[in-house]
Amino acid sequence: MSETITYREALRAAISEAMQKDERVFLMGEDVGRYGGSFAVSMGLLEQFGSERIIDTPLSESAFTGAGIGAALNGMRPIVEIMTVNFSLLALDQIMNNAATILHMSGGQFNVPLVIRMATGGGKQLGAQHSHSLEGWYAHIPGLKVLTPATVQDAYDMVGLALADPDPVLIFENSLLYNAKGELDTVATPLPIGKAKTMRSGKDVSILTYGISLFKALEAAEILSKEGIEAEVIDLRSLRPLDDMAIMESVRKTHRVLIVDEGWKSGSISAEIMARINEQAFYELDAPMIRVCSAEVPFPYAHHLEQAALPQPEKIVAAAKKLMEGI
Amino acid sequence: MQTDFALLEHYYRQMLLIRRFEEKCVEMYSHEKIRGFLHLYIGEEAIAVGVTDAVGPEDNVLATYREHGHAIARGILPKTIMAEMFGKAEGCCLGRGGSMHLFDAATRFYGGSAIVGAGLPLAVGMALADKRMKRSRVTVCFFGDGAVAEGEFHESLNLAALWQLPILFVCENNRYGMGTALELSQSEPNLAKKALSYRITASQVDGMDVLEVAKAATHAVSQIKEGGGPVFLECLAYRFRGHSMFDAELYRDKAEVEEWKKKDPLLVLQSKLESEGSWTSTKKDEIEKEVAAIVNEAVEYAEQGTLEPLEDLEKFVYSSGADQ
Repeated sequence: MSETITYREALRAAISEAMQKDERVFLMGEDVGRYGGSFAVSMGLLEQFGSERIIDTPLSESAFTGAGIGAALNGMRPIVEIMTVNFSLLALDQIMNNAATILHMSGGQFNVPLVIRMATGGGKQLGAQHSHSLEGWYAHIPGLKVLTPATVQDAYDMVGLALADPDPVLIFENSLLYNAKGELDTVATPLPIGKAKTMRSGKDVSILTYGISLFKALEAAEILSKEGIEAEVIDLRSLRPLDDMAIMESVRKTHRVLIVDEGWKSGSISAEIMARINEQAFYELDAPMIRVCSAEVPFPYAHHLEQAALPQPEKIVAAAKKLMEGI
Repeated sequence: MQTDFALLEHYYRQMLLIRRFEEKCVEMYSHEKIRGFLHLYIGEEAIAVGVTDAVGPEDNVLATYREHGHAIARGILPKTIMAEMFGKAEGCCLGRGGSMHLFDAATRFYGGSAIVGAGLPLAVGMALADKRMKRSRVTVCFFGDGAVAEGEFHESLNLAALWQLPILFVCENNRYGMGTALELSQSEPNLAKKALSYRITASQVDGMDVLEVAKAATHAVSQIKEGGGPVFLECLAYRFRGHSMFDAELYRDKAEVEEWKKKDPLLVLQSKLESEGSWTSTKKDEIEKEVAAIVNEAVEYAEQGTLEPLEDLEKFVYSSGADQ
């Protein structure tokens, strides 16, 4: 049962199937109903499920995210769509101080089975306030799970995985991926939350990445292969929990590490991954680890400046070659 | 509404229990048995007791960081609350919450929130779930006058009214947001008017009079359960103690505090009991003794409580117990 569909369609199919299976599931957010979703993910769902389950909200990120938490506490399985990660900052208090803490503060009495989806990433000339990649930031918070589907398969699988989880799960969808096409197998058992996936096998260098950067890394790996460097590309899939085992396994194989992350370097998930490799596999390394991240600037509007700020395949190629120097 | 003698006596006992419990908390704080923040409800007991009396066990209750009174009124055992503040395993949240984060699944008590205004969106979601599932429940959401300045207050009132949700908003207006007077915070200090502007049924009630509070809350709950959408009660009250144990109270006159103490909800109710005729000093002493026994038992229970094992430090971060 394999078909080629878009990332957007995969998300929509997963949401629709979950809503058919479980009456507790509902979708709530800005423009998810009549508009069809700001990225058209929920197009047609209002007609299918009605306004009681596809709920258009006003521009009240904090209140509707908090309402998702309250509904989850009261037996529902809400999916809250925050239009983009940029606006999630208006709901950060609810996410961090309520969703992530209530299980612990209540001594295990109340869990929060909430799914929050949001678009993330830059690259569309939307400027400094609409181009954030803050998924690594959210991964700082104990009590949350942070998923970053890159593939069509994961876009589909992760909705179901997140809804089945008893705790709050954040799903970050890079907005440039919504039109991407890929294969979807709806009957295969999904790879669980917290498991990374090796997308390309290689012996020379491990490229650890997630989200849209996965495709830039794969493109770089093809170029490197032509030059005799075989890169292993790992899709982390989940930033919290991180799959330490898969990361260290690859480090032990290639002894060289390159991390590609659209987030900034300072205080980032890429720094966390480096720290873990230092702690768990330092003596396996044959060279200092390298990162390709976004430039440490608020995202500029001008196309050439923005493209220069983002990780690109050529930067990944150059970084990998640097890692291989001296061999 | 029933206002027979037994009910008045019940209110008196409940309010006195909260008062004496918190006075004991102060003592335990000075003995360093309780640490962290301790926010006292003394002076405002009529609100929690009057409102809680109006709701049933099926209803949901959300409160703030000044919630000992609400927790006791809701029926959480005082001894498990005291043990929680002592940081013991026998506490209602196994020592993970403390004074500001009391939770209890059995009484549908959803905290205990220490971010001002952050409980209101939760109430919206809880009520949304009940409405969707066609459950006849009310969600009672307590918050202070300080919360009215937060965006979440306005977002939540709008959603509650827009979606006609079964929520009883109880604004405990004790006139100060920590040390800043309401008049210095709000262009419109009549807070019920703000709710009216969202087309929510709203009124002000004397928060120092438990009978007035109970009457208004009972009326509100029946209106909500009949499908009338949210109701907003602004309870005018006063906190006799500082904001927390660290408050030197430089921002208000002692004379003002003394003036309000004349309206002490216990005194107000006592004069009503006296006018009923069958109230005697013997009866009053009996209730004092009963309450003292409960409070002393709570301290003893907390003292004898055990400590959660350190191996369980990272428990309750995820339901599965495991992170990475």
